Amino acid sequence: MNITSLLNALPGAVAQGLIWGIMAIGVYITYKVLDLADLTVDGTMATGGAVCVMLMLTGHSLWLSLLLAIIAGMLAGLITGLFHTAMGIPAILSGILTQLSLYSINLAIMDFKANQGINVTKYTLIVSQRNVRTLSPQNPILTALLITAALIGLLYWFFGTELGSALRATGANEAMSRAQGINTNVSKLLGLMISNGIVALSSAMLAHYQGFVDVNMGRGAIVIGLAAVIISDVLFGKLFRNFALKLLGVSIGAVIYYIVLQVVLWLGLNTNLLKLLSALIVAVFLAIPYWKGKLGSTRKGGGANA
Amino acid sequence: MLDLINLRKTFNPRTVNEKVALDGVNLHLDDGDFVTIIGGNGAGKSTTLNAIAGVWPVDEGQILIDGQDITGLPEHRRALLLGRVFQDPMTGTAATMQIEENLALAARRGQKRTLRIGITRQERALYRDRLATLGLGLEDRMTAKVGLLSGGQRQALTLLMATLKKPRLLLLDEHTAALDPRTAAKVLELSRQIIEENQLMTLMVTHNMRDAIAYGNRLVMMHEGRVILDIAGEQKKHLTVEMLMNEFAKASGDEFANDRALLS
Repeated sequence: MNITSLLNALPGAVAQGLIWGIMAIGVYITYKVLDLADLTVDGTMATGGAVCVMLMLTGHSLWLSLLLAIIAGMLAGLITGLFHTAMGIPAILSGILTQLSLYSINLAIMDFKANQGINVTKYTLIVSQRNVRTLSPQNPILTALLITAALIGLLYWFFGTELGSALRATGANEAMSRAQGINTNVSKLLGLMISNGIVALSSAMLAHYQGFVDVNMGRGAIVIGLAAVIISDVLFGKLFRNFALKLLGVSIGAVIYYIVLQVVLWLGLNTNLLKLLSALIVAVFLAIPYWKGKLGSTRKGGGANA
Repeated sequence: MLDLINLRKTFNPRTVNEKVALDGVNLHLDDGDFVTIIGGNGAGKSTTLNAIAGVWPVDEGQILIDGQDITGLPEHRRALLLGRVFQDPMTGTAATMQIEENLALAARRGQKRTLRIGITRQERALYRDRLATLGLGLEDRMTAKVGLLSGGQRQALTLLMATLKKPRLLLLDEHTAALDPRTAAKVLELSRQIIEENQLMTLMVTHNMRDAIAYGNRLVMMHEGRVILDIAGEQKKHLTVEMLMNEFAKASGDEFANDRALLS
């Protein structure tokens, strides 16, 4: 176990963490703001990359490809939303259905190949693993930071608007929202679209970063997103009250998650066991507030009910 | 003006849990009417309010406000006309949002929600004044999360939210039932004040016969999904709890007699 090999791997972990952090911000919007667990993201996390890479391989510009990737993600969110609101299917199941169908759709986008490479020497990519240890404007850490900052700014503005407030209200109290004239179905559709659009952006960035898109690259994305949200809750829950800071916390949470993974790998864990480890960590952290609540209620007795 | 015409609603039809909740409700309210609704459990009081609010569609009948048929409108589209306060203090407000944010949501009831800022500076000043009228000190806690408030404070806030944008009809669904007696009296008094100031057409469901007599200009008693008693004006002023109890016994007793007649 050589400490320099770990240190060498850290910039890559940070870059990956930041890119997955963007996805985690998307998860935060459904899971925390809208109070929906949206499993679409496991599919969308490959769709964005597939659309972006395939468009670029057929000669389209970087920005157009990124934009269409985001729109593809939003469409996936819309489908899940329609399953849920127009067809009355529970949100979790709606996401699972879209996720499953996206597997076929992603393959179709990728010319029915399980992966498609995109070479950084031939194409202008938004981020690339190649520059992760260089001090240059092309460093993916810098680009990912800038995109994260812009995204947080945009979301902070949006959730302060009338429309954004209506979305937050829908997540906080549906009955009250309808009584105040909010069409909660529209809120959910919109929230799912925004969330999956962000996830698709993250997916496109990840495909660029690693130089290829893989049909399986989104597997377990929801768990990574939840892990980031939970790490942020545990570490910064008391500290970060402001919405923008909470989103920042989620991004930091994803970076921490990837650094921890790197350390665990460095300690010699078999790579194939990583997903098992991730799931166990998330399960434990999801249980902590529940256990805390149980402890609290036995210690303190009845709460203040004045 | 509110008209309920022959409203019918059966829950869980064709199952063992089938329950006829509304069995032909007819009711007419004039502008400015403040009607209290009493009745036993399952009489259809809250169901009537939920039918008006559009929580679910009715099986039969019509709901008209100022002659406009709203029977087919979804819940969020009717919201413009209605102010609602619920029995559970948790239902009427968003706990994880600030006091002023809750008010800003209510101020936009029935309006298209755009990408304009969710709450303006002028609004904040207005909300501060309106909150001050509640006399609960909430005007100094406008950015506090509503989840930190007590049940009474939340009901007072919900009342303010329901009337911030003057509704055509105010629906109070046992809105003091979950509060302690002192807080309940305070919220009830506040309701009366707001209703009188704004001349609001109001339906107030209550379990408390004394309150039903003391408040409003009309009293309606429901039983088994129908209106069985409707007392207004001078006659209502002379009502006592005892008289109401007698009326109630008579209403349910008649039913019993009918049943016996059927069986014999």
